[in-house]
Amino acid sequence: MVERIPILKMGNFLLLSIQVDMHDQLALDLQEDLTAQIVKHRSRGVLIDISALEIVDSFIGRMLSHIAQVSRILDAKVIVVGMQPAVAITLVELGLSLEGIATALNVEKGMRRLEKMVDDDMILEPESGEARDISVEAGD
Amino acid sequence: MGKRETFPLKQETDIVLIRQRVRKYAEEAKLGIVSQTKIVTAASEIARNALIYGGGGECVVEACSRDGRSAVYLCISDSGAGIADIDRAMVDGYTSGSGLGLGLSGAKRLVDAFAIDSAPGQGTRVELWKWR
Amino acid sequence: MPASALAELLKTYESELLEEWIGAQRAAGLRSDLIDLDTVVSNSRELLKLLAVAAEQGIDDLGARHWEPVRGMLERLSRAQSRQGFSPSETATFVFSLKEPLFAKIQQHCGAASLNEIWNATRLLDRLGLYSMEHFMAGRETVIREQQESMLELSTPVVELWKGVLAVPLIGSLDSNRTQVVMEALLQKIVETESEIAIIDITGVPTVDTMVAQHLLKTVTAAKLMGAKCIISGIRPQIAATIVHLGVELGDVITKSSLADAFVVALRELDVRLVSRPVLR
Repeated sequence: MVERIPILKMGNFLLLSIQVDMHDQLALDLQEDLTAQIVKHRSRGVLIDISALEIVDSFIGRMLSHIAQVSRILDAKVIVVGMQPAVAITLVELGLSLEGIATALNVEKGMRRLEKMVDDDMILEPESGEARDISVEAGD
Repeated sequence: MGKRETFPLKQETDIVLIRQRVRKYAEEAKLGIVSQTKIVTAASEIARNALIYGGGGECVVEACSRDGRSAVYLCISDSGAGIADIDRAMVDGYTSGSGLGLGLSGAKRLVDAFAIDSAPGQGTRVELWKWR
Repeated sequence: MPASALAELLKTYESELLEEWIGAQRAAGLRSDLIDLDTVVSNSRELLKLLAVAAEQGIDDLGARHWEPVRGMLERLSRAQSRQGFSPSETATFVFSLKEPLFAKIQQHCGAASLNEIWNATRLLDRLGLYSMEHFMAGRETVIREQQESMLELSTPVVELWKGVLAVPLIGSLDSNRTQVVMEALLQKIVETESEIAIIDITGVPTVDTMVAQHLLKTVTAAKLMGAKCIISGIRPQIAATIVHLGVELGDVITKSSLADAFVVALRELDVRLVSRPVLR
């Protein structure tokens, strides 16, 4: 299999949308590609759209956690968007809650939240009474 | 007895095929979308276990019925090393490999009936049922 | 052989039997509001033909393969009738009313063996009657199950309180089946309306058991995975005590005492500010 999941660069961010049925090698390749791209473009954030994924099993769940951890070390924020209700219910039942991974309902909201997360990071002294965006962070 | 198919489980891409076929059977059994996702995910977990720890095997998918409700039956078997202590293998977080140890216990929670048969040197056979 | 004698009769006197059978059915009373005579005649004719064919190969085992067409037809018919509103006895009458004409024929033609033949025929028809009853009931049960499912959906409305804020007011006792249906509906609605906040109000829920509490928690976690936040409101003191007693870990779930409080939190999260308008004099 030579197929790979395309990673798009948008300014400071990387964008990827998983639209194929993930097999394990594809997941491993993706982890590798993504890390390389983060370093190459000095990306500040990564948005992963999984709205087309029909299932997330423990292997893909672990891949997402792994990507989030590695990205954190490389100083990039990760947000996972568009998980289907049935997938979320199944994942919870399976016993995975993707601790520490930020999520959003769709690409648009995810992008806004990612910008906010990166901006917050750049502010040295937080303004008082600053309007807070709604933050949804699993666990943490 | 309804439709029945057997799939080989020799390489990673076989897991993808099994997932797609199980999804098809679940749709035909008119399972709800959440039930479909659960049985497909369970199949994926068990098939991966059979491939990684059992060195591969095969997967039987069957359309059947249970108490008048349509159901999907799966039997995934391998001829690997087998499991010595099934009770321990069924506990969340227990793993003999590098995984999260959620495969067996997690898959059991996702289906309506679950049976496992294994002994050292005898391989492992896992049966799963999900009905409407 | 008894089987072939019966089969022989069914075949030879098919049209006579049919006529008398229809007569017997009419005498027993036909539901002309639910079924017309033509359908009755064609159903009866079909069953007689199938019976004759099946009886030729033995009448002892209804489960045998050659009885499949008869079973299939009775199953279809009985299921359909249970949906159309026939009563159980009306459905059973269809098969049982064949007894009278059939027994008369046996008496006329079988001479000394009549008693034995009648016994065979009655056993066969009784079993066929029971078989249709079973499927009549199965049809009913399917209807009941479907109604239950649609009632579950009706009894759990998910409403939009504000752009981006959903609420599910749960009322009445919760079993894990109902909780599951509600939760799936809620998560689906979150996607449809792109709502980032969902309030689960359990003011109207008298008790919560471990299973239900866990379902609530799983929903909160699932919503989080999708990118939405859940607030649980209206937890009664007893339920709070139960949750603690059961050892269910609520984790970082936001709880508020009333739906109104939860709504205020939701608006604040969305950065919506409510101001009262100064009164102009």
